[in-house]
Amino acid sequence: MILVEGLSKTYKVARRASGLRHAVKALFSREYTVIEALRDVSFTIRPGEIVGYIGPNGAGKSTTIKIMCGILMPDRGTCRILGYVPWKERVPYVRHIGVVFGQRSQLWWDVPVMDSFELLRDIYAIPPKTFRDNVELLTEALELRDLLHTPVRQLSLGQRMRCEIAASLLHDPAILFLDEPTIGLDALSKLAVRQFIKTINKEKGTTVILTTHDMNDIETLAGRILLIGGGSLLYDGTLAELRGRFDGAKRIVAEYRPNPHPPRVHGAALLEWAPERAVLSVDPRQTSVTEVLDQLSRQVELLDVAIEAMPVEEIIVRLYKAYQL
Amino acid sequence: MKTRLAGTRPMPAPARAVRPLRAYASVWKLRMLQGLQYRAAALAGMATQLFWGFMFVMIYDAFYSHATVAPPMSLRELVSYVWLQQAFLALIMLWFRDNELFRLITTGNIAYELCRPCGIYGFWYAKLLAMRLSVALLRCFPLLLVVVFLPQPYGLMPPPDAAQFLLFLAALLLGLLVLVAISMLIYASVFITMSPAGSLLLFGVSGEFFMGAIIPVPLMPEWLQRVANALPFRWCADFPFRVYSGHVSAEEALAGLLVQAFWLAVLVALGKRAFDRALARVTVQGG
Repeated sequence: MILVEGLSKTYKVARRASGLRHAVKALFSREYTVIEALRDVSFTIRPGEIVGYIGPNGAGKSTTIKIMCGILMPDRGTCRILGYVPWKERVPYVRHIGVVFGQRSQLWWDVPVMDSFELLRDIYAIPPKTFRDNVELLTEALELRDLLHTPVRQLSLGQRMRCEIAASLLHDPAILFLDEPTIGLDALSKLAVRQFIKTINKEKGTTVILTTHDMNDIETLAGRILLIGGGSLLYDGTLAELRGRFDGAKRIVAEYRPNPHPPRVHGAALLEWAPERAVLSVDPRQTSVTEVLDQLSRQVELLDVAIEAMPVEEIIVRLYKAYQL
Repeated sequence: MKTRLAGTRPMPAPARAVRPLRAYASVWKLRMLQGLQYRAAALAGMATQLFWGFMFVMIYDAFYSHATVAPPMSLRELVSYVWLQQAFLALIMLWFRDNELFRLITTGNIAYELCRPCGIYGFWYAKLLAMRLSVALLRCFPLLLVVVFLPQPYGLMPPPDAAQFLLFLAALLLGLLVLVAISMLIYASVFITMSPAGSLLLFGVSGEFFMGAIIPVPLMPEWLQRVANALPFRWCADFPFRVYSGHVSAEEALAGLLVQAFWLAVLVALGKRAFDRALARVTVQGG
């Protein structure tokens, strides 16, 4: 239902060095740098998927999202979403999508949340009964009961974010674009938002496209990952496959009675050390965990041992390194 | 967190007829409600306008008492003009507080506006209309109440008859619509230049002058009047205010209303074109 083929986009950015002389020079002649934001990006997304769109800053994530929302025109390439070409058929197309841009607000600042919702009801021509039902469902699911009649400027970021997400779903969109929805949220709000997205995807079959830097979002939500770097699509697959590629290494966190010497374990790398604690990295394909623990226990008096899979952040860092991003 | 979404079928977006006028009316209403909250600003504005009004009245009075030639407008008509100008300032000033929409463009929050299924032109037109009307409503009544009771010829004189008054209201409303259409053209230019200052300066200064916001058009020299007549600006302020005092006769007023309607059609058409082209080339700011 989302078909993207060969998308390319360049920006012309006016550049000038700092200083008065250059500022005056810039009045007469402008120097431009051409930035290739997207280079031949292609992918397909099926209905009902949750896709995580990740990449370093400046990779082209927001550009892709904007093109898919129909608010930016690419230089080359085709894009068909739900049968529409987003930027060409913007008005009929956007009725089927919901958008949350994490660093911007779609709610009116000085008026209660409910007023913004009602405006959206009129803009999208949502039938009154559907509107009431949706508001009720979203209010319960996101716990907005106390917030609906508060002016937006008096809400905390977490509360506002929940309202924004509700606002984007009032008209039952088939696709939801989330651009950094959990940015700046506290742990509790993040959990709430993630849980909600999972639920809405399961119950209503909404396709979700999520850009984020928070790898826990990816881990909890995204079945599929698209990695973009330097304007090109570098990886398209599941998180599980990614783990398979870069995994292997396990972290062993050992706590023991104070010992002045760092333990020397053959076949494991010592990542951190303190007299009472050591963190080791082990590749189980080469050295078994039991063997490492065996060696450890002969050198120190173990009190507690934790064995962890490599955190997703670590995997992503290795992925970036592999692609030299 | 509860999940009571179970049991709802996923709803494909049905083919509902989107009624854009309904959407525009809704955003107009919301912006009015928002604007009517700013009471402190209204009070401050009213004090300023009273002051400016008195100042102008005294200046004109001084000029008139030493006039060597019979001026084209009587002092009473001129004084009424000044007071109407001050009372309805929000409806005629080009540079007025349009920062909200400018910021939408420069910060990139316009991204959300573009994701709505209605034409941006109509949407912003409605917002702008509401912005000006809400401010004007807050300020004009108290101010008019004061100046009506001032001793003549320094106060606002009543209109010659009811018909003239109705014509005045019609002219004022049409003038406002024309003004908003001009403002929309300024916005279209901001899309390209990314800086509102330049456009505002250009349009704001020249527009205001030719609108009759500094001095009424009949008081300008001949050649300048000809320039003013060719531009749409004077139909926003100069024309309605002179209709009120009867300086413009009823027949002329009716003809003038037609001219206003004509300018409105032209400017809206130009504005829509400009917006479409600007949006096609827009780069939404911010990553």
